[in-house]
Amino acid sequence: MIALALPAATTEEGFVAPTIDDTHYRDIFPWGGEYGVLLEGGFGKQMLLTILSVVLIAAFFLVASRRRQMVPGKVQFLGETAYGFVRNSIGKDIIGGKDFLKYVPWLFTAFFFVLVNNIFGAIPLLQLPTFSHPGSAYGIAAIFFLLWVGIGVKKHGIRYFKLAVVPSGVPWYILLIVVPIEIISNFIVRPVTHSLRLFATMLAGHLIVTLAGSAIEYMVMTGNILLQGTSVLVLVGSVAMYMLEALIMVLQAYVFTLLAAIYIEGALHADAH
Amino acid sequence: MLNAAIMAAEEGSNPLIPNLWELLVTVVGFLVLMYIVRKFVMPAFEKTFEERTAAIEGGIAKAEAAQAEANAALEEYKQQLVDARTEANRIREEARAEGAQILADLKEKAAAESTRITEQAHVQIEAERQAAVVSLRAEVGTLATDLAGRIVGESLADDARSSRVVDRFLADLESSSSAGAAK
Repeated sequence: MIALALPAATTEEGFVAPTIDDTHYRDIFPWGGEYGVLLEGGFGKQMLLTILSVVLIAAFFLVASRRRQMVPGKVQFLGETAYGFVRNSIGKDIIGGKDFLKYVPWLFTAFFFVLVNNIFGAIPLLQLPTFSHPGSAYGIAAIFFLLWVGIGVKKHGIRYFKLAVVPSGVPWYILLIVVPIEIISNFIVRPVTHSLRLFATMLAGHLIVTLAGSAIEYMVMTGNILLQGTSVLVLVGSVAMYMLEALIMVLQAYVFTLLAAIYIEGALHADAH
Repeated sequence: MLNAAIMAAEEGSNPLIPNLWELLVTVVGFLVLMYIVRKFVMPAFEKTFEERTAAIEGGIAKAEAAQAEANAALEEYKQQLVDARTEANRIREEARAEGAQILADLKEKAAAESTRITEQAHVQIEAERQAAVVSLRAEVGTLATDLAGRIVGESLADDARSSRVVDRFLADLESSSSAGAAK
């Protein structure tokens, strides 16, 4: 646990590397809490961005879907393409069947909610991917965990748990090994990785940008001409990392939604696996 | 958890411990967005897709119908063209036959006419010959009598006698010539 916290830089040197705490801005309306503390905390930038993302996504898609024209305008076309992408290449292709449409709102909301919140990390001034805070990642992964377990129970009844962990056609002595593995894999590792994957990639990307920024600031402020010259290299490198991070932001939104769809499909067709 | 919080406070925050307010905001935000999507956005898009599919399929059906109609019309025109061509050939053949008929008729008529004209000419010539013969007979009689009177020196002015002599002469002449013709 402690190893996960970035080591505070040694103080004898001039440069103090930013810690994760530095990725957490002061609360806008503090009520006395600190980041990394379970229940306390104020209303911070992260929460504001989360709410902003809901407003932005809802506004855009309400506008895009409001005028239902046969030949779409630019906004409607963009909205339809975005909706069609999640609907067809995630919902239809992964879940399939007749009733995949029932789950499209979940996938659609997940994709754009995660995407916009990630992209916040690439927009100057906002510059905070909200899922770099673990609470958000746990929350959204928990929603999908409950969703697909719920789907499985609704479809197969209590038998779902047996279907999910006992593979068919396996001799009993192998089952002794397989069943515990399946339980751990399906009901513990799956939701944990679903959330941590998103959280960790966002945090890492955010930290790299923060680190590069503070390093450049430090190098320029030293007054040492050589260090100042070297800061250009850091700048170039940080731009490259920024591009990579932007790619990862989109990719993680896609991966999160894709996995959600795969889990839902697995729960729906637990008897066929 | 308390332990972790204390450690976090000492060593810097533990990044794995969530802030429950943030968790709550995220879950509520997601569910609100989800409600809006399910209630407004998705039905609107689905309806648009359906209408568009219907419009496109309707358009395709219409185009197919139009294509079939055009094909039928083309077939009909082709058939009509064939009919017209046959008709034209028939008419041409008829006209040719008729022309030949007319030509033959005209030839026949011309032949008949020429025969008629020839016969008429023959008749006329015969009549004129007869007239010439009659007028010659009178004239020859007079001339012969005059000539004979002069040669003989005796007056043959006595008309009765001379006329008798001439008639006898001519009758002899005729009988000898008809006897000659009979021979």
